Amino acid sequence: MNNKQPESGNTNPSNSYSRKDFISNEDVRWCPGCGDYSILAQMQRVMPEICSELGIPRENIVFISGIGCSSRFPYYMNTYGFHTIHGRAPTIATGLAVSRPDLQVWVITGDGDGLSIGANHLIHCLRRNIDIKILLFNNRIYGLTKGQYSPTSELGKKTKSSPMGSMESPINPLYTAMVSEATFVARAIATDSERLQEILLRAARHRGAAFVEILQNCNVFNDGAFASFAEKSVMEERTLILKDGCPLVFGKKRDKVLKLRGGTHGLEFEIARLDDVPPHKRVMHNEISGNNYLARLLATLDETSLPVPLGVFQSIDRPHYGQKLREQIQVAREQSGSGNLDKHLHSADTWTVS
Amino acid sequence: MKSQLEIKNAVIRFAGDSGDGIQVTGSMFTHESAMLGHDVSTLPDYPAEIRAPAGTLAGVSSFQLNFSSYEIDTPGDQPEVLVALNPAALRTNIMDLVHGGTIILNSDAFTRAEIQKAGYDNDPLVDSSLSGFKIYPIPISSLTTAAVENTGISRKQAAQCKNMFTLGVVTWLYDRSVDPIKRYIDKRYSGTRPEMAEANKLALQAGYNFADTVELFTGKYHISAAKLPPGTYRRITGNEAATLGVLTAAELSGRPLFYASYPITPASEILHELSRLRHFGVITMQAEDEIAAIGMAIGAAYGGSLGLTGTSGPGMALKSEAIGLAVMTELPVVIINVQRGGPSTGLPTKTEQADLLQAMFGRNGESPVAIVAPATPADCYHMAIEAFRIAVRYMTPVIYLSDGYLANGSEPWRIPAPEELPEIHVDFHQDREAPMPYARDPETLSRPWIIPGTPGLEHRIGGLEKQDISGDVSYNSKNHETMVQLRAGKIQRIAQDIPALSVTGPAKGDLLVLGWGSTYGAIRHATENARKQGLSVASAHLRYLNPWPSNLGEILRCYQRVLLPELNTGQLRMLLRAEFLVDIIGLNKIMGKPFLTLEIEEKINEILGCRTPRLTAQAGH
Repeated sequence: MNNKQPESGNTNPSNSYSRKDFISNEDVRWCPGCGDYSILAQMQRVMPEICSELGIPRENIVFISGIGCSSRFPYYMNTYGFHTIHGRAPTIATGLAVSRPDLQVWVITGDGDGLSIGANHLIHCLRRNIDIKILLFNNRIYGLTKGQYSPTSELGKKTKSSPMGSMESPINPLYTAMVSEATFVARAIATDSERLQEILLRAARHRGAAFVEILQNCNVFNDGAFASFAEKSVMEERTLILKDGCPLVFGKKRDKVLKLRGGTHGLEFEIARLDDVPPHKRVMHNEISGNNYLARLLATLDETSLPVPLGVFQSIDRPHYGQKLREQIQVAREQSGSGNLDKHLHSADTWTVS
Repeated sequence: MKSQLEIKNAVIRFAGDSGDGIQVTGSMFTHESAMLGHDVSTLPDYPAEIRAPAGTLAGVSSFQLNFSSYEIDTPGDQPEVLVALNPAALRTNIMDLVHGGTIILNSDAFTRAEIQKAGYDNDPLVDSSLSGFKIYPIPISSLTTAAVENTGISRKQAAQCKNMFTLGVVTWLYDRSVDPIKRYIDKRYSGTRPEMAEANKLALQAGYNFADTVELFTGKYHISAAKLPPGTYRRITGNEAATLGVLTAAELSGRPLFYASYPITPASEILHELSRLRHFGVITMQAEDEIAAIGMAIGAAYGGSLGLTGTSGPGMALKSEAIGLAVMTELPVVIINVQRGGPSTGLPTKTEQADLLQAMFGRNGESPVAIVAPATPADCYHMAIEAFRIAVRYMTPVIYLSDGYLANGSEPWRIPAPEELPEIHVDFHQDREAPMPYARDPETLSRPWIIPGTPGLEHRIGGLEKQDISGDVSYNSKNHETMVQLRAGKIQRIAQDIPALSVTGPAKGDLLVLGWGSTYGAIRHATENARKQGLSVASAHLRYLNPWPSNLGEILRCYQRVLLPELNTGQLRMLLRAEFLVDIIGLNKIMGKPFLTLEIEEKINEILGCRTPRLTAQAGH
């Protein structure tokens, strides 16, 4: 079957672009002070590098979103974009990415869109390892509908729809992604510009489903949701930057380390002084291990008592759905030859009437 | 020497427990009939449960076949021969058998326990309840076990061969050779289970020999080949035909086919069949749910593939929001709805036509889509091609309304030559000087198909209202009204691209019987019979339901009365009355079963003030 796409007619064979090439004509309409502005800016800054490094022309980049504040994102990127329906962006991205392996497909979603109405699709597209990059903007609130609690809102959260406090335990985005067999899982803070750019680049390079939770402050309906660790003044002390092959060191003076402790109530982390833990007893972060229970534990740390891990939790090399599909097509063609319609229509028992 | 009687057609029904292999038996006999050149039409009927308790009324599965030496339209109103493999099968099917008809029974299954399980107070073989029929009790179970005892298969496997014994008996009765069935058995078990192939063939031959030897039947019947139009034929079910149709559309358009679906009765065969076509480059995905399935199809259509999803009623309900997205973004997706009895889970394995209004209106907002409906199992091929031809030409979702009866029923299909197929043009818009995603073709009102990967035409689409021409988001009230009208107008323009409605029978007269979908055969047969009685009755069948052919209103006004039989409470009738202000008479059946020809004939006669022709058909032989 003819699967030829239009002639590229690429006037920019080296795929060299500037940040401006990714800014659309659309006026950005998020609330002033919204964390989404920073995410958009970092994406537009890092896009030229993604295109030149991976050899992708701008016209082969597609942003697909669902519904919510975050889902307005595609309008502001001067690429192909599709603002779909609530929760379903992963399904539309799946159909596009599987049928068009030449494209780089990004999904922009939020905590409500991706983990409430669309949680099912999120789980399944990660499990299938579809070659798409999912950015989940988590502000722990429903913003577009003006302030109801979201599936990531903390227990007891008082909002318009929970005036006496939410009675629901929040869902953990990273842990959900990991138990859904996601091959790339990372977390960043919207305003942490350089590290966010680095994570976006890493996600773009990943072949398969990439899941990035971006903690993003909604200054209108849930201001300060992440202030206790995301504020510049406390960030070094309260976050843990994950580095592949390195121990879990954190703190302003880089003098603290997370240590695993087994005991009567199971396995847990405790904070120790780096000097007190000899090198051979330090737990090392390993991104590429397929069975890394450490990564799962790190995704579930209590953020009130322990540092909040940021960076790449896991990055596993595993064939993605599109690769497997193309292999099957190749095998089928080796076995049966490329399909011939007339032959196929006659492939049952036939008889002739003259 | 037994006599041989030449007859023109026969209607036979196989019935038994759902574990008895009834559907296989029926399919094989149909297959052989088709290969012998008969016209065939079938009606499989099976329970929703995979295996209801053995021997119960709920577990009865049946398969009816009409085969003939002339062209037929329906599986026949009433079987003349009933094969009943247990008392429950007899009890649930006897009321349909023609008076004086033949019953072939598995007498081994008529034990006290089985008889009671079927709800009989007394043994029906002993009391006089079957006195109006010709009954042939055969100890099928024990004869089968004896026939296969040297093959070394288990007792359970031996019991499974009794359907082949039955088939052997029936093959003799209709003066046929068992050889094609043996070849079919070999193919089915090809190499994988040689002992089962052997046992099945032995059972088949034993059944044939039994009928040939024992002085049970007084004679056999012979039916000549039908005179169908010249060509190469194969037997096809509606679901198979739909599969081949969408594959053909992909080949004609040069675009890859992408099918995403969630398993659901009675549409799953389409997923199974298309999944076997990887060598054509066909992509199939089994989605996590119905919504994901259409989402994937929309994503594929956005990327330039032929995006397709298939389901049945409950799945349609789930897909409705996404169909609205395809309406707003004007992307060409095709949604196959193999209708079944509803509402809710309803009657999963029974047929109904009750999703028409859902297809027309079942979305929020003014959300028109094109709708097509095949009339026969073979027509499912043509209308599947039509669905995609319309979808890509008009950049619109198209709903294809099949139903359980069409999907599982089968008939001979003349395989079209390549030159008989329509053309499907796909031109992706690539002109950088005209980067307007919602600029419209003046003839079709369709917007351009601009797929990602096209340089210089980067743009954003979505479910928010679009500014006319530019496609930017717009909340302008005047623009919204314009866009609603443009989307509706575009669907109406399709009428210029579909065939006019044709009428069978007089062009003006007393009565027009109008239909849509799977009622075609019964309506055609009933109206032919009415004309033979000298009545002024015509028939017409709608295969395009939105928009309908532009001459429909004119045709409706050429007749004193219009009758519209539907397997629902009158959904198309409601639409046509509203549109054309014609007082259409309904004939509505909501029993999970297709119309009998006789039911329509009786209604015709009632309307035209004629006597009812006959309440019960007499046995033809």
